[in-house]
Amino acid sequence: MSTIVETHDDHGHHGPAKGLTRWLFTTNHKDIGTLYLWFSFLMLFVGGAMAMVIRAELFEPGLQIVQPEFFNQMTTNHGLVMVFGVIMPAFVGLANWMIPMQIGSPDMALPRLNNLSFWLLPMAFTMLVSTLFMDAGGPNFGWTFYAPLSTTYAPDTVTLFIFSVHVLGVSSILGSINIITTILNMRAPGMTLMKMPLFVWSWLITAYLLIAVMPVLAGTVTMMLMDIHFGTSFFNAAGGGDPVLFQHIFWFFGHPEVYIMILPAFGIVSHVIETFSRKPIFGYSSMVYAMTSIAILSFVVWAHHMFTTGMPLAGELFFMYSTMLIAIPTGVKVFNWVATMFKGSISFETPMLFAIAFVALFTIGGFSGLMLAIAPADFQYHDTYFVVAHFHYVLVPGSLFGVIAGVYYWIPKWTGNMYDETLGKLHFWLSFISVNLTFFPMHFVGLAGMPRRYPDYALQFADFNAMVSVGAFIFGFTQLLLLFIVIKAIRTGKKASHEVWEDTKDWGLEWTLESPPPYHTFTVQPEVK
Amino acid sequence: MKSISRITGKFFFTLPFLVPTTVFSEASAYNMPVGVTEVSKEIFDLHMLIMWICLWIGVVVFGIMFWSMWKYRKSSGAKPAKFDDHYWLEIGWTIAATVILIGMAIPSTSVMIKAYDDSKGDINIMVTGYQWKWQYKYLEDGVSFFSSLSTSQEQIDNAIPKGEFYLSEVDEPLVIPINKRIRFLITGNDVIHSWWVPDFAVKQDAVPGFINTAWTNVPKPGIYRGSCTELCGLKHAFMPIVVRAVEQEEYEAWVIEKIAMAEAEKLLTEKVWTKAELIERGQGVYLKNCVACHQTNGQGLPPVFPSLDGSQIVMNNKARNIEILMEGVQGTAMQAFSNQLSEVDMASVITYTRQSWSNGKNGDGEIVVPKDIVDYKNTVNL
Amino acid sequence: MIKETKKTIRNLALTVAGMLAFSFLLVPIYDVFCEITGLNGKIEGPSVFSSKDIEEGKREMLIQFVTHNNEYMPWTFKSEISQLKITTGVQQRVMFVFENKSSEDMVGQVIPSVSPGRGAEYFHKTECFCFEQQKLLAGERLELPVVFIVDPNIPLDIGSLSLGYTLFDITDQLPNNQIAAL
Repeated sequence: MSTIVETHDDHGHHGPAKGLTRWLFTTNHKDIGTLYLWFSFLMLFVGGAMAMVIRAELFEPGLQIVQPEFFNQMTTNHGLVMVFGVIMPAFVGLANWMIPMQIGSPDMALPRLNNLSFWLLPMAFTMLVSTLFMDAGGPNFGWTFYAPLSTTYAPDTVTLFIFSVHVLGVSSILGSINIITTILNMRAPGMTLMKMPLFVWSWLITAYLLIAVMPVLAGTVTMMLMDIHFGTSFFNAAGGGDPVLFQHIFWFFGHPEVYIMILPAFGIVSHVIETFSRKPIFGYSSMVYAMTSIAILSFVVWAHHMFTTGMPLAGELFFMYSTMLIAIPTGVKVFNWVATMFKGSISFETPMLFAIAFVALFTIGGFSGLMLAIAPADFQYHDTYFVVAHFHYVLVPGSLFGVIAGVYYWIPKWTGNMYDETLGKLHFWLSFISVNLTFFPMHFVGLAGMPRRYPDYALQFADFNAMVSVGAFIFGFTQLLLLFIVIKAIRTGKKASHEVWEDTKDWGLEWTLESPPPYHTFTVQPEVK
Repeated sequence: MKSISRITGKFFFTLPFLVPTTVFSEASAYNMPVGVTEVSKEIFDLHMLIMWICLWIGVVVFGIMFWSMWKYRKSSGAKPAKFDDHYWLEIGWTIAATVILIGMAIPSTSVMIKAYDDSKGDINIMVTGYQWKWQYKYLEDGVSFFSSLSTSQEQIDNAIPKGEFYLSEVDEPLVIPINKRIRFLITGNDVIHSWWVPDFAVKQDAVPGFINTAWTNVPKPGIYRGSCTELCGLKHAFMPIVVRAVEQEEYEAWVIEKIAMAEAEKLLTEKVWTKAELIERGQGVYLKNCVACHQTNGQGLPPVFPSLDGSQIVMNNKARNIEILMEGVQGTAMQAFSNQLSEVDMASVITYTRQSWSNGKNGDGEIVVPKDIVDYKNTVNL
Repeated sequence: MIKETKKTIRNLALTVAGMLAFSFLLVPIYDVFCEITGLNGKIEGPSVFSSKDIEEGKREMLIQFVTHNNEYMPWTFKSEISQLKITTGVQQRVMFVFENKSSEDMVGQVIPSVSPGRGAEYFHKTECFCFEQQKLLAGERLELPVVFIVDPNIPLDIGSLSLGYTLFDITDQLPNNQIAAL
């Protein structure tokens, strides 16, 4: 890492506006980051509640709590809320807070656009969640909304679903334009691209992925809209179309989307492990190249979601090989994190606990992903709980733990108060144990033959399903503890210094600022040597 | 010194294999089934190979990580080293990872090529996924029938204890002979479904308007159960697959029986039916096809599933009643049953609803006979 | 705003528009790709392939015909035979029966699908009811042929070719004057 020249902090002559208007009209990156983070936290409980409904029903065989029509709405909306309402906004919130601080700029490049990007989200989700309360019911065709179930056979509310997806897409695209522009044009002098913090790198790459694929999602739902309302036949065989075309276009978006959901976590984990191993991240340039190759490769693997659609042999083999290839840069990152810890001087504060759990459990998710890539074996895994286990491992102890690690790591900087370490550790251990109790048995029921999106199942799957449901409830309630910890850290706690952790000032510009930072962050640009 | 490290090395090498083999053994209820076909066995072996490789890599990588966490903890006085790269180490592990992946890709490719066999089938069966049942048509013999879930609604609603094959049993299984190459032609009638029998390692999506093929050759007689594996709406979890593989003679006898049954069914439509016969048969049809939405007591779940008990149409409008059953109701979950119920079954289920609950007492008392349905089909209004 | 910043924003906005256009372009790209490779089992329109073009390499193989009425389509629709042993390179003709059993005039569209998909490019149809929409008056019955030649160059490892036809009711999707004109 380079050394950083100390600068003056400006005396902020004005602070934020007072009251509700502050939050409605703010153009400050820290306020907007806070809005995104609170929104995503709220949506975590909304999506989590849907998961609780699912797991309550699946606790035992038989239909006890809900009927299949409502269950299908729960699985669909749980997915949509978690993907578009929790993980993505949480990372955008962290981006808003941290990117200007890490590159030495006073704010994002387009502050007013930033405000719009956020406020589009509550609007979109109000529209989406409100469909659950309508007579026709909400979307019930899975978060992947394959045609023709989502076109010819969809409830009328599908049009509202399409509209909310459009709004979400606009929010992500505008946010990404802002992020790329900020990173490319507003870095402190001396901070070349290869001196940028890894979190900033991860977001630069993620933002480019978003720019590339969110419009494809918009195209997909527009084609759906046209098939439903304007008599076209993109996905309707009768008119010369093809339902499988939907899958190709959707997954062309969908696969890069899942890398969008993990790359920022990679960035966060690199920072946390570096700080708490007291040793610079091993292989900085490889980390950058690895993230870049993952992003590029993510465009040529999409049909590994479609191995059973009747693709010809050459297609199956190609997508199997390209998917296996992604394991290489991902593996390099895991090796580098371990090599950072090796011969370091490690302490185990809460952020580090979450980061270490990320490395281990994301890797388990990666292994099941590698198994899924093996096309002939996928004939037995596809659309079973084995897939559900895989993606929950990479998204929950993967992405979500990455977010949580970032929150614990940076919250003393944001609020000026240390969070309660004892409670943090309790939150960690409860989450760690319950997350494994919830998702590990899913591998087994999937292998044994339980398909996904089933509200009821044959008797041989009962024991593990009960275990999963218990784990899920514990995990869900444990996040209330996180809520308590966060609120407590906002209001009180041991005062945090500029550096917060040990000897961080040479390792990131954010640690040269006060905790909490001044309203306009850097009013004088620092210089990076 | 050397021998201790060799013994330790041997121990750590074999340790993962001591992991409860009950979990990973063939007979385990928690692992992929080995299945009964050559292809399913090869896929199982491939799955186990990849899993062991992943497990091994995990042991090594996590081993180093946990060891570092213990040995290099600050609280025991560890001082951090300064290195942050090592060119040859990074090249080395990148190459090692690539070699391992190529090693995995080779057997995977050969199993894939084996599964993609386009040679002729001895027996060709068209499999069509409907919402929410499967239809099987044997191209050689002309046998054709629907296969629906036979688990009773009471079991699903927890009113009575669940049977051993809860949600894995059907009224008419697919019957195939052993040791013959069976070729499946799979399509969908409405939305995308997916036909999966784990013991054969056959899974192909049933796409409306398109044909996908799959094949199998089952060496062992037995009953093999599978599921629909593509979300297809309400009863996605309630359209299982059951295949009965039998000896050639038994298969041929079954074919003859099915052809005879089809003939008999045709004759049934010409016989004279009494009200009691119709109601009895209709109750059976109702419990299989209607009860999930309209409930055993006929009261449905309004507004989505209307009540049949006390319905004006069911009680007093025989023509409209027949029309609804035959054509469905556009824009609702009520399907057209004309292609799924024989004339006899259609007449009996309508008669049953017209005569049951409060409808028998309060309605116009009209019954529907199979000939009414035949007449309707000849002069139907769409 | 600084010039570089404006340039970045402009380039990103153009990329977004470009990717949206690309997603729509994926539709014809998919069609062309499938037409060339036959990958999704779709066959193109009337072929001008003639048996005079073949010199040698003929072999026997099995062709299967399966029909399916999509959803509520009330017509009778079946082939006279479900399987046919043919010689490649020789023109074949198979009859199909259509009967509109309803009391309304209707228009149907048959969509073909060949399996395995890679065999589609070797299946040359010179005459097929699937090339056009079929209008049947109430109660009308028609027998229509499919005339085809299987290219002798079809790979040897394709032992049988299945031709699936799905019949869709498209009456509601056509404006009334179009139906009258059929």
